[in-house]
Amino acid sequence: MSGTKTTYNDKVVRQFAVMTVIWGIVGMLVGVIIAAQLVWPELNIGWLHFGRLRPLHTNAVIFAFGGCALFATSYWCVQRTCSARLWGGPLVPFTFWGWQIVILLAAVSLPLGITTGKEYAELEWPIDILITLVWVSYAVVFFGTIAVRKVSHIYVANWFFGSMIIAVALLHLVNSCEIPVGFLRSYSCYAGVQDAMIQWWYGHNAVGFFLTAGFLGMMYYFVPKQAGRPVYSYRLSVVHFWALIFTYMWAGPHHLHYTALPDWTQSVGMVFSLILLAPSWGGMINGIMTLSGAWHKLRDDPILKFLITSLSFYGMSTFEGPMMSIKTVNALSHYTDWTVGHVHSGALGWVAMVSIGSMYYLLPRVFGKSEMFSVKLMTVHFWVATIGTVLYIASTWISGVMQGLMWRAINSDGTLAYSFVESVKGSYPFWAIRWLGGVLFLAGMLIMAYNMFKTMAGGNTKDATIVVPVAHHA
Amino acid sequence: MESIYLLIPVSVVLVFGIAFAFWWSVRSGQFDDLEGPGFRVLMEDDLPKTKIEAPEAEKAEKV
Repeated sequence: MSGTKTTYNDKVVRQFAVMTVIWGIVGMLVGVIIAAQLVWPELNIGWLHFGRLRPLHTNAVIFAFGGCALFATSYWCVQRTCSARLWGGPLVPFTFWGWQIVILLAAVSLPLGITTGKEYAELEWPIDILITLVWVSYAVVFFGTIAVRKVSHIYVANWFFGSMIIAVALLHLVNSCEIPVGFLRSYSCYAGVQDAMIQWWYGHNAVGFFLTAGFLGMMYYFVPKQAGRPVYSYRLSVVHFWALIFTYMWAGPHHLHYTALPDWTQSVGMVFSLILLAPSWGGMINGIMTLSGAWHKLRDDPILKFLITSLSFYGMSTFEGPMMSIKTVNALSHYTDWTVGHVHSGALGWVAMVSIGSMYYLLPRVFGKSEMFSVKLMTVHFWVATIGTVLYIASTWISGVMQGLMWRAINSDGTLAYSFVESVKGSYPFWAIRWLGGVLFLAGMLIMAYNMFKTMAGGNTKDATIVVPVAHHA
Repeated sequence: MESIYLLIPVSVVLVFGIAFAFWWSVRSGQFDDLEGPGFRVLMEDDLPKTKIEAPEAEKAEKV
């Protein structure tokens, strides 16, 4: 490492940025495989059957792809906006290598069936401990850098990244409380509905903080930078932040409607979910309106296309989410493909697209280039990814509503009108379309990887010099 | 509902933590200027120095 105090640490950003693309391909490939397994059940073989691969898919896309994107962008953003090199010395490379080891361990242990069985927290206790170490190091590096900043104001994106780091640490510690009964086996500290409540307090807040707050941080930095305009309302961004983190924590029970969870807890979850519509849309409008007066930039800038489209999907899924948390709607949507479609409108449309846009911004910069190897391929990627996302969401919406209606349909004598397997049979064509949507999205990532490697070739990987802005008077 | 006995105190402590962070940030003047910071992130030009002139000039001509 040639780093000194006068340069930014771009090496770790570069590492995480490249791995974002690599893990994106891996995670989405597994997603395409399990989507194919639903259409062609004979593809379920041995260790590679749906039940083993599904947690691998979710872990790979959320924590490997999304996680690396968060590390890369937060490390870039915090250094630039604080005019300071990443603080923490050896902890910085440790966050990179530690996180990669966590991902590799997940890739090995999950197909082997080593799992706690808790959704989005399947990894067994030794890996949980490693995650804790990496995450605490991340917090030390991030907040250490903020502490040594040369600019007194902490830019709003850093508040979002910081809250994500703290919240995820808390969620992980509480939810992963488990009692080991061997090296590769443990039992949760909680049981029954208690465990379910803790699990979905974790699960929903992981969505809220890992997949929302963190990526909003990304949005608040990269949208203004790429648009070359300040965020539409900085004041609104600050209100957005505080409103979001004050209200997010209690939405989790909406995952447990009509279960053994007490009714009042379910209602609390529903009410808080509905409240969340306000800050979510405030942020979405703030991001999109950043382009107001410069809409023409959307025409030929694929990075802005990605970023603004991601905000549209964010707005759509944060409208859909509160609606689905209403108990009467949930009675239809729960346990159906509608939920899967909702998740993917957030995951593909929002999280992946905002990450891809940000990576296209970062990659040339960390390799000393003025732009990506091919702007045209970025545009192709955008359209392929958008069509893939729409196919995915639309097909799962249709199959989801169809399943919900078939399951609840009763004959005049009170018996069920359809058997379960009839709803499975009816879903096949939509699962095929959904698989196709996934294939398109994956194809986009492969285009991105090609573009990335071409951009990397002959790149200059010198750390950039820290620029301390001249004293700014309010 | 024993899990509530854990989650509610955790949330309450958290809300106080957030409230403290908010109080600190307001008191220390983080939000005194709610216009400047939006512009300040744009001031840093993070593209490599050599090639930047040409495409920027081109864009300016188009507009």
